[in-house]
Amino acid sequence: MTIMQRLSRVNAINWNRLQDDKDLEVWNRLTSNFWLPEKVPLSNDIQSWNTLTQQEKQLTIRVFTGLTLLDTIQSSVGAPVLMEDARTPHEEAVYTNIAFMESVHARSYSSIFSTLCTTRDVDDAFRWSEENPTLQLKSELILKRYRSDDPLMRKVASVFLESFLFYSGFYLPMYWSSHAKLTNTADLIRLIIRDEAVHGYYIGYKFQQAIAEATPERQQEVKDYAYELLLELYDNEVRYTESLYDEVGLTEDVKKFLYYNANKALMNLGFEPLFPSSVTDVDPTIMAALSPNADENHDFFSGSGSSYVIGKAVATEDDDWAF
Amino acid sequence: MQPANVEAERAGTLVYFSTKSENTHRFIQKLGLSAQRLPLNREEAALRVEQPYILVTPTYGGGAVKGAVPAQVIRFLNDEQNRHLIRGVIAAGNTNFGDAYGLAGRIIAQKCQVPLLYRFELLGTDDDVVNVRKGEEEFWKRLT
Repeated sequence: MTIMQRLSRVNAINWNRLQDDKDLEVWNRLTSNFWLPEKVPLSNDIQSWNTLTQQEKQLTIRVFTGLTLLDTIQSSVGAPVLMEDARTPHEEAVYTNIAFMESVHARSYSSIFSTLCTTRDVDDAFRWSEENPTLQLKSELILKRYRSDDPLMRKVASVFLESFLFYSGFYLPMYWSSHAKLTNTADLIRLIIRDEAVHGYYIGYKFQQAIAEATPERQQEVKDYAYELLLELYDNEVRYTESLYDEVGLTEDVKKFLYYNANKALMNLGFEPLFPSSVTDVDPTIMAALSPNADENHDFFSGSGSSYVIGKAVATEDDDWAF
Repeated sequence: MQPANVEAERAGTLVYFSTKSENTHRFIQKLGLSAQRLPLNREEAALRVEQPYILVTPTYGGGAVKGAVPAQVIRFLNDEQNRHLIRGVIAAGNTNFGDAYGLAGRIIAQKCQVPLLYRFELLGTDDDVVNVRKGEEEFWKRLT
C-alpha cells in the first residue's frame, strides 16, 4: 500500500473490535513497560566511570554510539516501514509504540554520555561511528532490506536487528555490571533489553502469520534468504566485535553471546536455532548480570537430580492469582 | 524386565498452554511425548485431567508478577482435581526479562507447592529437548 493510498482513507481505530488479540496483548505489555532514562540515577555511576581506563572509556562510548545508530534506524526507518505492511490497524498502533520506544532508547545513550563523558570524547565516537566500515555495513545490510519490496524480508531484517545485532553492544554493560561497574547504566540497559525482547517476539509473530499464507516454494525461498542474511550479518558482526573488543581481550566471550542471541532471533521467526550449544555457552557471569536480583537460578532437571521435592498441591482460588 | 513401552511406563503426562505464537506448542512437538493442550478461548470446553501431570507454560508480561501466569492456566489450576494432580512445572520464557525469566513457573511452583523442573527460551533448543525428555522420565520413576 502506498503512502498516497493510505492517506486517502483512514478508518478510526476500534480497540474493542480486534482481528488479532495478540495486538492488544502486546500493546498492553509495551505500554506497561514504558520508562524514561530520567528514572535511572545514572549520576551514581560517575565514580565508577572514573575508575575505567581511557581505553575502556573509549570502548564503552563507541559501543553505545553503535547501539544508538541501531535504535535510530529502527525508530525512523524500521518501525515505519513495518507500519506499511501491517495486517490490522492495531498492529500499526503497536509499531508507533515501538518507534517511539526506540527513540527513547537512542535518547538514553545520550543521557549516559551527558552524565558520564566529556563532549569531546562523545563527538569523537560519533565521528568514529560514521567512519567505521563494519558498523556502516551493518546499517546498510538492514536498510537494504527495509527498502526492498519484500514485506517478509523487511520483518526478517527487523527481527535480526532487534534480537541479534544489538547484542555485541549489550554485552559490554553486562560485563561491567558483573564486575560491579556502571551498575546504574546496566539497569537502564536491562530496560532496553526487555523492550527489544517484546519487539523481536511481536515482529517475529507477525512474520510467522504472513509466511504461513505463502506457497511452500515461497516459504523455502524466504527461509533460505533469512539464513543467508543471518550469516552475512554474522560475518560482519564478528569483524565489528573484533574491531572493538580485541584490545581488551573479550572478543571470544562476546562471540558466544552473539551465537546465543542469533539462535533466539531465529526462534522469534519460528525457525530452528542454528548454532550448537558448544558455541552458545555464554559466560555464566554475563547471564547472571541479566538477572541481578534473581534469588534462585536453578531448576531440578539441570541440577544434580538428587533433590527432587515431591509436590503436594494446595488449594488456590482466583483471588490468589490476582496479585 | 518387561519390554520397554515408554509411553505406558510413564506414570504421568504433560499438560501445556501455548498462545497463538505457538512457541510452547512447538517445543512440545519436538519432545514427542503425549501431551494435552489447554484451550485458548473461554468458549472452548475446559480441560480436566485424570492422571498426574507436569504443566508446561509460557510466562506473560514484561517482568511483573501480576499477569505473569496466563489466565487460561489460572482457570485450569482453579479446578480442584487439576490442582490435585499437578506434580511439577516447566516454564518457557526469555532471559531478556532478567529476574522475571520463567516467572510463571516460579509462581505456580510456589502456589501449588510443586518443583519448578525446568526453564527454556522460546521454542527450546535441541539440548532443552534432551534435558526435558531425560528429566521427565527420571522424575516419573522417582514418583512411582
